[in-house]
Amino acid sequence: MSTTETAAQDIPKVAVEITVNGQSYRREVEPRTLLVQFIREELRLTGTHIGCDTTYCGACTILLDGEPVKSCTMLAAQADGGEVLTVEGLEKDGELHPLQTAFSEHHGLQCGYCTPGMLMSSLALLQNNASPTEKQIRKGIQGNLCRCTGYHNIFKAIEAAAAEMRED
Amino acid sequence: MSWVGKSPRRKEDDRLIRGQGLFTDDELGEGMLQLYILRSPYAHAKINSIDTSAAEALPGVACVLTGKDVLEHCDPYMQLALEPAANIQDYPLARDKIHFQGEPVAAVAAETVGLAMDAAELIDVDYDMLDAVLDVEEALKDEILVHDNIGTNRTWQGVYEYGDVDKAFAEAAHVVKIDRLHFHRYSSTPLENNACVAEWTRQGTVEFLCNNNFPGFAKQLLAPGLRLPIENVRVRTYDVGGAFGNKIWNYVYMALAALASRKTGGRRVKWAEIRTEHMLAAGHGNERTYVDTEVALDKDGVITALRSRHLDDCGAYTRYEPLGCVIFSQVLPATYKLRNIRIEMNQAVTNKCPVVPNRGYSRMQQLWFMERVVDICGQELGIPADEMRLNNYITDFPYETPNGCVYDSGNYPAMLDKAKELLDWDKWAAYRDQARSEGKHVGIGIGTTLDSGTNNFGQAQIMNPHLPFSGNSEACIIRLDFDGAVVVTLGTGPSGQGHETSASQVVADELNIDPSMVTVRSGFDTNWNTFVGHSGSYASQFAVTGLSAVHGACQKLKTEMRKLAGFLLEAAEEDLEFGVGEEGPQLKVKGTDKAVNYWYLSNIVNNNNAVLQGALEDVTLNVRHVYRPPFNVPDVEKKFGNLTLTYAAQLHIAVVEIDPATCRVNTLAYAAVDDCGTVINPQIAHGQVHGATVHGIGAAIMEAFDYDEGGNLLTATFSDYCPITSMNIPDIAYGNIETPSPFSYNGAKGMGEGGGAPLHTMSAAVQDALHGAGVIVTDSFVSPPRVYELLQNPNRETAVSVG
Ligand code: FES
Ligand code: FES
Repeated sequence: MSTTETAAQDIPKVAVEITVNGQSYRREVEPRTLLVQFIREELRLTGTHIGCDTTYCGACTILLDGEPVKSCTMLAAQADGGEVLTVEGLEKDGELHPLQTAFSEHHGLQCGYCTPGMLMSSLALLQNNASPTEKQIRKGIQGNLCRCTGYHNIFKAIEAAAAEMRED
Repeated sequence: MSWVGKSPRRKEDDRLIRGQGLFTDDELGEGMLQLYILRSPYAHAKINSIDTSAAEALPGVACVLTGKDVLEHCDPYMQLALEPAANIQDYPLARDKIHFQGEPVAAVAAETVGLAMDAAELIDVDYDMLDAVLDVEEALKDEILVHDNIGTNRTWQGVYEYGDVDKAFAEAAHVVKIDRLHFHRYSSTPLENNACVAEWTRQGTVEFLCNNNFPGFAKQLLAPGLRLPIENVRVRTYDVGGAFGNKIWNYVYMALAALASRKTGGRRVKWAEIRTEHMLAAGHGNERTYVDTEVALDKDGVITALRSRHLDDCGAYTRYEPLGCVIFSQVLPATYKLRNIRIEMNQAVTNKCPVVPNRGYSRMQQLWFMERVVDICGQELGIPADEMRLNNYITDFPYETPNGCVYDSGNYPAMLDKAKELLDWDKWAAYRDQARSEGKHVGIGIGTTLDSGTNNFGQAQIMNPHLPFSGNSEACIIRLDFDGAVVVTLGTGPSGQGHETSASQVVADELNIDPSMVTVRSGFDTNWNTFVGHSGSYASQFAVTGLSAVHGACQKLKTEMRKLAGFLLEAAEEDLEFGVGEEGPQLKVKGTDKAVNYWYLSNIVNNNNAVLQGALEDVTLNVRHVYRPPFNVPDVEKKFGNLTLTYAAQLHIAVVEIDPATCRVNTLAYAAVDDCGTVINPQIAHGQVHGATVHGIGAAIMEAFDYDEGGNLLTATFSDYCPITSMNIPDIAYGNIETPSPFSYNGAKGMGEGGGAPLHTMSAAVQDALHGAGVIVTDSFVSPPRVYELLQNPNRETAVSVG
């Protein structure tokens, strides 16, 4: 009991500096602030979603220093000094990323709640493997749940985006 | 050129792929309080006392709510049941007793969610644990009561009897008896949890932003629950992260955010449910046990009669129940032509999470049962599953079922053919025979199912004759905005089904313009949208009710536009044509270049009406249409009447192999054929089929809400419940046939729920694989532990008998 009382009042905030979508932000946060809370609440980038409390669903996936990370499973303080890419950073100069276009064209989203996390995991996959097989795609997004689409159209979208990106 | 039947890019996608959607939890007002709900760790307990003083003293805590607040400011939510179940007292928080694990006990509003959680830990609740009743048959004995004040756990009982059942049994060539079947508890667990933001304004109104998927209904329940006139409650939704029926009754908890706002002088309060809370308390699908089933068949394996007792477990509260005790009868005989049926339907409360409509609500439980009956009879009589179905399928449409439902159209044999072709049936049948000769467990299963859409609310009267509901309706408004834009508002609150897109396709066809020229307002707002009591996104009906409302509104708008344009252009109305000119959408006099565009028309009515010199008073270019399907009130005594307007059908086939080491059910091939009548948007329809199929496969092999004997939910996190992932799904060969509905203007049938086809199919396939080993699949859940259990203790001797 005393620990929670302490947590509420006395623990000093920590300073973190994180670059998100190319812009650097410095904030004082409670040490227990999760990276996803930092992104959503401090920076108001609400594209990154929360779907669970056990690191299962991947709705919160972002790239940290180029690697996919479930941002609900990391403290903001642990990302200090890092570079984060969220769904809001995919579009460049008004041009959608090929993955974004492909998800729409292939109906890879219905409610769209999983989509930001899916896009980030897909991007990580394609950055490591420009021509993934269907099996590799399945594996690449195995940490991302979608409750609406049944995944098939997501596979198709990722394949299409991969082809598009290889051409560019 | 017709837009209906095509798949233009979805209007919804633009914001969603950019991370610019507005889901409820994305609302981040300054100074908003965060609500955290303290929940009971016990399934059944008496609350002796609650001490909130330490929590209230914690800096940053704005208020704490307990049962006291609720008693002071709330009335129990309206119940649909008859007496005595009508007296179940359902409040947003427990008062003196806990009825299921996860039931809210207190709620804390604080400056941050972390603080609210800290404070909740400081609340001291003194409980006396009570024995819990967790099984429906036990519950029906009334030895342990869930709600003491009603004196029984039974919430409903009724007999559905048609034809001459006894005679059919007396004349039967075979009688198959099935001891017990069980449909397990699971839910679709939308990826977005429940959430709301509430504000109790100084004017005494309450404003909600939430993700309820039946907001017009929620408002009707919330207002009296909060002791407010209905008009004082505003419910808004925007983007909703999936619902599948599960978000229909989150209003129960939304009231807590409103009460916290009231107690803090009108501060905005957000409640964002956490996944574990969702699993514990946001609503599970109906669990059903079927006992004493007897099936009469003639010598060719045609089923002539069926009798059975069904026991539905609705969990601790009857929130949407006992409606499930009637809704199943929309598909009473499933796709089969038997005329003699006697089903006794029973329902009881237990100390488990209350049930909530879940994709395929109550019909899929009946369809799974009927498919089990067909397969068990077939297997026991040595008739192949496909032949059994062809012997028994309904083939003439429209078809009136024994209980008066009218199946609009369909062709189940053609669907079976198509599914076989997609699957490559002969190849897999040969593979199965070969594999069996090598001692492997390989099976092929067929599941035929129905997705009944557009309810006749009159069926509620079969459950409770005093309920003032019948028919169905949906509303739409179309108007021309000042700039001439075509703006559509719907009564539905979609959650991923693409209503903005489909509605724009219908409007585009009617006005002969491009869907991009049609604005369909996103989200739903009871202050803004038009709606009727039936409005919402549920029960597979948008393609019929929603689009009929849109279509009807288009006709009214076009009539007005023709009148006005005819007046302005001095032309006969029949000489005008709709289309797009250089100045955008317009009406033009055929064969001339005389035209008026939409801006001009709108401006005349809205800003420049002296031009009309008093003419055309009835033209407003802002029209409302309410669509009402043709329904009668059912005969309550006989439980007879048409309960749904359309019957989409699905036919799935799976080939499975049981891994001998792990007992895992591996799907080697899967085909899904769909018939939803005329297809409005093939890509969306196909997406719905895939989604429903994967939901069903997940439910069949991975997903179950399992309780231990103490009433503890063992699968209360995603990591324990294991929703199906990209690694667990087979390739699905998809096909469709179209038998247009004669009952909808566009030939469409409501779809999207999918009737739970994969559950029927996987049960059938596993049974086919294991029948040789003496196994009858009696449970809809075929996870590895269940399959292991079946293989260890083959049950055929006790599960079924043939006379
Ligand atoms: S929110 Fe589910 S994994 Fe992060
Ligand atoms: S689109 Fe709804 S969860 Fe993926």
